[in-house]
Amino acid sequence: MRLKTSKIMAESKIHFYPKEPLIALVGNPNSGKTSLFNLLTGGKQKVANYAGVTVERKEGKLDLGDRTLRILDLPGVYSLYPRSLDEQITCNVLQGRAIGEKKPDLVLCVLDATNLRRNLRLVLAVKRMGIPCVVVVNMMDLAQKRGIQIDLSQLEQELNLPIVDSIGNQSNGDFALREKLKAINLSKISADQQFSKDEDEQPYTVEADNVVVQGILHRMGLDKILPDPISDRLDRTLLHPVFGPVILVAVLFFIFQAVFSWAELPMSLIEKSTDWVSQYILESMPAHWIRSLIVYGVIAGLGGVLVFLPQILILFFFILILEESGYLPRAAYLLDRIMGSVGLSGRSFIPLLSSFACAIPGIMATRTITNARDRIVTILIAPLMTCSARLPVYALLIGAFIPARQIGFGIELQGLVLFILYIAGIVGAMCVAWILKKLTSSKKAFHPLMMELPSYHLPSVKNVAIGLWQRTIVFLHRVGGTILVLTIALWFLASYPSPPEGAIGPAIEYSFAGVLGKALAVIFAPIGFNWEISIALVPGLAAREVVVSSLGTVYALAGQANNSAEALTPLLQQGWSLATALSLLAWFVFAPQCLSTIAVVKRETGGYKIPLIMLTYLFTLAYLAAFITYRIATHYGLA
Amino acid sequence: MRLDQLNNHLTKRVKSVHTFPAAPEITHQLAEIGFIPGEQVTVLRRNLFGGDPMMVRIGLSTFAIRKQEAELIEVEDLENHG
Repeated sequence: MRLKTSKIMAESKIHFYPKEPLIALVGNPNSGKTSLFNLLTGGKQKVANYAGVTVERKEGKLDLGDRTLRILDLPGVYSLYPRSLDEQITCNVLQGRAIGEKKPDLVLCVLDATNLRRNLRLVLAVKRMGIPCVVVVNMMDLAQKRGIQIDLSQLEQELNLPIVDSIGNQSNGDFALREKLKAINLSKISADQQFSKDEDEQPYTVEADNVVVQGILHRMGLDKILPDPISDRLDRTLLHPVFGPVILVAVLFFIFQAVFSWAELPMSLIEKSTDWVSQYILESMPAHWIRSLIVYGVIAGLGGVLVFLPQILILFFFILILEESGYLPRAAYLLDRIMGSVGLSGRSFIPLLSSFACAIPGIMATRTITNARDRIVTILIAPLMTCSARLPVYALLIGAFIPARQIGFGIELQGLVLFILYIAGIVGAMCVAWILKKLTSSKKAFHPLMMELPSYHLPSVKNVAIGLWQRTIVFLHRVGGTILVLTIALWFLASYPSPPEGAIGPAIEYSFAGVLGKALAVIFAPIGFNWEISIALVPGLAAREVVVSSLGTVYALAGQANNSAEALTPLLQQGWSLATALSLLAWFVFAPQCLSTIAVVKRETGGYKIPLIMLTYLFTLAYLAAFITYRIATHYGLA
Repeated sequence: MRLDQLNNHLTKRVKSVHTFPAAPEITHQLAEIGFIPGEQVTVLRRNLFGGDPMMVRIGLSTFAIRKQEAELIEVEDLENHG
């Protein structure tokens, strides 16, 4: 009896929601919900031209002048039958079953004007749920460009729902929608208008809905098929069975070349200014521990990371352009044969691709994968995609140890090595997926692709600029937050305790960090890591770039006897063998994850099992790869 | 004829979608993206090796699907249907 009461108590827990009316954006994937959301709320959620960018519900506020509405951006769905975790989120919200959120007062059903056929089926499904609904015909500009004339008032009559048009990526493109929302009295709408469910509750079929939609389109004169001629023409070249893959490789190659060649000037500017600042402080401040902290801790550490901002921005510039244009799902199409042969479904492609920015959004994006096994495999291999935090480490080592020279065919060696490192991660991931396929997959498994190839869009300068700006902010936050704190902590650990009287050798060797580094070096000696690297790897668990700042601090402190702030690169060139540098590069292809990734994996998989498996296998692979690299390099006399 | 046997650039009509015993939800997913009896379908191109995956126009949408999915889709001539 008591048990029962407490169960009821738990179930009847009262939620308090903000008093503003709640509006939910619902629509097919890639129909421009997030663009519209950003326009309505002034938000800056990530948008791109492929299905499945939004995998969570995102909330924003819409200011209508006299009142404020809450707006939810939801993952795109093709129907209201949820099959994957992200679609589940949308369906739960619409049914009022989402935890911590009430049933929406109004649904904005966002349609892609260039593909009413498929989008209208979803409208019928939403209408059936009985929630008040306004239909937003988005991307009207594209439809007009393609000669698709939509008579909105006729559509209004056909659907018996209020309809507005919008252009999600134009600054005033939400005008009609705002006016409509101002005109609707949300508290009245649910009482007045009977959006009641069909009484007979017939189980509907997609086929039956399709007949209704075909009827509407026929009466509106929109049942002719008008494909996008520009996209079709572009695809003839870009997806050509032979030229397509060649172009893809060329594009990727060009990007990695640009990461090095375009960044030279801004990087040397940042380097020169940090040098100047530290020289200035060294000359103007008395020798004091604070001076040491500023010059050898903060400037040597942070400056060492900051210098890689241009390269990160160049990489993201290209990623943003590829995302916006609609080329990314096409790259998935071209590479699908590889994915399929290692037992991955096409849905794994976008999560893996997102992991090149950071494994965390990549792991979140696995929610779009329907099959539970495929989802776990994708989560496990996502960290092998080279995240942007690894770029500073690669760039530092390549800059120091790989000569910048042309090797013919317009190929430059540094860019080539970077390209190879990225490829090594991908090949490693495919091998792991293949092994997991042999271990876990059954013969009867079905790995669908079903990936929409959207029309090409010209990337918008504004979206690319916002994307780059956000990247810069994220990076500077990391530099000013995590990296700063860890750098200062490392400076203290590397400076104290002071060496005993009459000690020989650099002071750092007697400090906590020095002692710890030497202990760790026992483990890492077989793969060629010295104690300086070993100690830098520890704070690197928090964020990869910290390895670079830590090396900066450790080497600056070790060399402070000569009272100068030397750049890190020449110090590494003197101190390390090529074998050690190559071994560290190999280590970082597989390096165990940063702590935040582990935390996200635990949250997304609901336990410690998967994160533990991930840590173990990555550590083993990293050690093996570094060991083999070091031994081979030593054998060829590079030690 | 099944969709995977259809030559490139020929427009046919979806006749029916078979069920894959181990994954019955696939039929439904295919219906959601437009593989519904009566819809027009064209294979636009195939990848070089083994023709997998293939790029398909279904209704107004363009999708990349694998051979495994295409094998479930039965197509017929446009004239067969009124």
